[in-house]
Amino acid sequence: MDEKKIKLEAKNVNFYYDDFHALKGINMQIEQNSVVAFIGPSGCGKSTFLRLFNRMNDLIDGTHLTGECLLDGRDIYDKRVHVDELRKNVGMVFQKPNPFPKTIFENVAYGLRVNGVKDEKYIKQRVEESLQSAALWEEVKDKLKKSAFELSGGQQQRLCIARAMAISPSVLLMDEPASALDPISTAKIEELIHELKKDYTIVIVTHNMQQAARVSDKTGFFLLGELIEYDQTKKIFLNPEKESTQNYITGRFG
Amino acid sequence: MNHLEKEMLALRNEVLDMWALVYSQLEKTKGALLKDNKDLAREVISRERRVNAYELKIDSDCENYIALYSPVAIDLRLVLSLLKINGTLERIGDFAEGISRFVIDTYEKKYDSLIREMRLEEMFDELLEMLEGSRKALESEETKMSGCLFAKDEYVDNLYDQSLQKISEYIKMHSEDALTCIFLAILSRKLERIGDHCNNIVEEIVFYIDAKVLKHAGKHKEV
Ligand SMILES: Nc1ncnc2c1ncn2[C@@H]1O[C@H](COP(=O)(O)OP(=O)(O)OP(=O)(O)O)[C@@H](O)[C@H]1O
Ligand SMILES: [Mg+2]
Repeated sequence: MDEKKIKLEAKNVNFYYDDFHALKGINMQIEQNSVVAFIGPSGCGKSTFLRLFNRMNDLIDGTHLTGECLLDGRDIYDKRVHVDELRKNVGMVFQKPNPFPKTIFENVAYGLRVNGVKDEKYIKQRVEESLQSAALWEEVKDKLKKSAFELSGGQQQRLCIARAMAISPSVLLMDEPASALDPISTAKIEELIHELKKDYTIVIVTHNMQQAARVSDKTGFFLLGELIEYDQTKKIFLNPEKESTQNYITGRFG
Repeated sequence: MNHLEKEMLALRNEVLDMWALVYSQLEKTKGALLKDNKDLAREVISRERRVNAYELKIDSDCENYIALYSPVAIDLRLVLSLLKINGTLERIGDFAEGISRFVIDTYEKKYDSLIREMRLEEMFDELLEMLEGSRKALESEETKMSGCLFAKDEYVDNLYDQSLQKISEYIKMHSEDALTCIFLAILSRKLERIGDHCNNIVEEIVFYIDAKVLKHAGKHKEV
């Protein structure tokens, strides 16, 4: 068996919102074609850490980063990196669904159009494929011209997943993608994650322990800006090394 | 303590109660055989139903706990080991009942000296200590006595081998008692199996507390 390729890597990452030290000396390697789950109490820095990998935190004033974030071994904060190129390669689904004020179709087509795709037939095909894989197609195929805001919260979330996938990134960052979904849509998303693993590297933040256990190969437990434990998901859920991990996943916190 | 922990504690206490019952079943079986006390044997047989009832109740409580609370980590290990210990205790109860039936149906005073030579009393005592020691290990969540309990199982295995030797000598001189002797050999075998079961219980406790899987690691006899 050859070593798995490292897709994403954090090397001694510290991150600050003004004086607030939000991430403290994080080291992590994420293998290609694997699913990694981030768990931890609210405010521990999961979203902050996730956003580093497509430079979403750049948009926030007064932030400061030390250490390195690597994609395919290259520092994504290097001056030569184009943020647009990076985001094409690293898609993101946010904690709160954020559809654009456009039609359902145009939401999914958006990334392709911005990236200069002109072939309408191809766009149509990609939109359908993406909606299919996001388990939304059946519900929206007859109202593609309707505004995305007419969808329910859970449908909007799946729309955002479809939008992220339409441009075929190689990494998909998902921040609680299923928090507003019913069990059936959740199961579809989890199935999708399982499928996507063949082609993508997926990082998912979730507050649902069972979801982390079901979908991920490795799990990272964060607490107060630190990565407390990062290991095989089986190990974390059967026999974690750290007491704080155990207290958290068994619901004995605080 | 939150309600989840309370549920878990209740489940654990149920298993500990069953443990006490099975212990007393084995202790009474010992008395029934060694003192040829058929009343005691009858008591064991009638209380076997309670052991079975415990098993069913604990089984379903474990299932409910898993279904409702999706336990993980130490909680998952505990409920899994309780489930297995439950089944194992029930089997030990079966053996005790089987031996008690033998006392009622077949046993006669004239075999008292053979039983002494077979050292069955010593076997019983070792098994009772294993059962009690493993219960204490779970109660105190402490595995340091596991080595000493495993050693007892090996000692029981030796006693079993020796008991077969004694029986075969006896048969040579009393061939007319061969059938009862075979029953006695089976009885000794049952005790030896109880030792294996106690061993498994200790392994489950080590899995729960230390998260180490010891099963099939050594050369434990399994037939
Ligand atoms: N834009 C911001 N400006 C200042 N502080 C922020 C900002 N975003 C997050 N923080 C702070 O950084 C810390 C980590 O926040 P983050 O959103 O990464 O947490 P999280 O683990 O994703 O929590 P949740 O599970 O609630 O989504 C928190 O204390 C938060 O208050
Ligand atoms: Mg978050």
